[in-house]
Amino acid sequence: MNLFLEAVQWLLDPANWAGPNALGLRILEHIGFSAVVVLVAAAIGIPAGTLIGHTGRGRGAIIAITGGARALPTLGLLTIFGLWLGIGLEAPFLALLVLALPPVLAGAYAGVESVDRATVGAARAIGLTERQILMGVELPLAAPVIIGGLRSAALQVISTATLAAYISDTGLGRPIFSGLKTQQYDMMLGGSILVALLALLVELCFQLVQSAAARRAEPHRTQTPASERITA
Amino acid sequence: MNIRIRRAGLTIAAIGAVGVLLAGCASADPLEEGGETTPAGEGDSSSLVIGSQAYYSNEIIAELYAQALEADGYTIDRQLQIGQREVYMPEIEAGSIDLFPEYTGPLLQYWTEEPAERTSDEVFDALVEAAPEGLTILDQAPATDQDSYVVTREFAEANDLTTVADLANVEEPLTMGANSEAETRPNGPQGLAEVYGIEAGFTPIEDGGGPLTIQALQDGDIQLAIVYTADPTIAQNDLVVLEDTEGLFLASNVVPVASDRVDEEAQATVNEVSAALTADALIDLNRQSVEEQSPAADIAQAWLEEQGFLG
Repeated sequence: MNLFLEAVQWLLDPANWAGPNALGLRILEHIGFSAVVVLVAAAIGIPAGTLIGHTGRGRGAIIAITGGARALPTLGLLTIFGLWLGIGLEAPFLALLVLALPPVLAGAYAGVESVDRATVGAARAIGLTERQILMGVELPLAAPVIIGGLRSAALQVISTATLAAYISDTGLGRPIFSGLKTQQYDMMLGGSILVALLALLVELCFQLVQSAAARRAEPHRTQTPASERITA
Repeated sequence: MNIRIRRAGLTIAAIGAVGVLLAGCASADPLEEGGETTPAGEGDSSSLVIGSQAYYSNEIIAELYAQALEADGYTIDRQLQIGQREVYMPEIEAGSIDLFPEYTGPLLQYWTEEPAERTSDEVFDALVEAAPEGLTILDQAPATDQDSYVVTREFAEANDLTTVADLANVEEPLTMGANSEAETRPNGPQGLAEVYGIEAGFTPIEDGGGPLTIQALQDGDIQLAIVYTADPTIAQNDLVVLEDTEGLFLASNVVPVASDRVDEEAQATVNEVSAALTADALIDLNRQSVEEQSPAADIAQAWLEEQGFLG
């Protein structure tokens, strides 16, 4: 039995792309659900992280919280939230949010904090308000690191969003769970391959956005040869 | 060395490594059984190997057999928690394991494609027929561990439900919650529609009738759940098992599968244990494991003492 080729065959079978369990629909659900989680994580994490990076207040707390939250097992959280909120998408949403927040927060905080203090001082000296410094100086300079945080969060959420199928009829976890339980390993592996491909695709998109942000943050860097860029 | 060249070298090495990994995936089946186990004490029937599934209830039953036989002077090698049927059954058929607690219906389904039998006795007789050469099916226990549809007491009373067929009285739309495999298997909504003509929606909850499923029932997110009959949560949460009058579910009594090396005396002992293992007894054994977290060996020992097997 050649499992890997069978999984590819399963993926190419048009029957699996039709009906209520159509793979196209599962992929859209997966992307949509992951996107909502990452967007909410960004809406909370970027302002909070930026504020902490800008003011320097609450640093200790944020390091403790993000470090601790990263250690929480998502399936365990999902079960706890599931018992509290019942079945459906609410519990997986919260569990994944806990997974996505630490990298976003850490990225925003570290990005803003790492902006050269001399640059911020210069901006203040020419009379920019705190808000202008934040929006016009710190955020653009921190953008590559902030996007790096989002990238890490998106990658983790895409690959863990399979757990949504644990208590709801959503996403690419469905073929993985069904395949596992019914010993249809071509289905299980096929679903896993799709998740891996999605993760790679998202990674690639973020990479492009991140390097665009880096070019904008430090335009002079693009002039240097590639070999020196690595050592820098 | 030039950094760019070194980097290119690394990339090539990485691609090569991935290629080797994929080739490994393509040529070998990771689920194939790797190591070989040799039959313990070939020919000596006073030393037996007992196995169990990776399922707490099955492990307790295996301990019952093991300790009852040990009391008779047999030497027992325990190979417990061996995972699923696809993994351990080839070992039993090859003679590496001598005694294994099984379930009549699922085992019959493993050996024959889509059996027509449904009731307890029919399934047992078919199973004895279907057993491969060299394996003996011992007496089945009265205890069953099979799928059942459960509803909350409140829902049962409000809609006057005692059997699965009574679900036809329910006016609101029904949603069934169970592991995802039930969606396509005959124990799920498809079977319910086919056998009873009752339509129900489906929500996957992947904890096998565990706390999340029970919670969903109590919240009213689902009206119907598939829970094993021997699961102590049924009594704990005051759930009602709907009687399956039409034989939708395959009967699944506890049954020991034995190799040729299990001699008549040992067979008689195991049959006595099976005869004493009633439905309530199994539920109580499971309850001790779930509620009190007692180890399988202790639970088994206490029960065997109470039943007079160890004296």
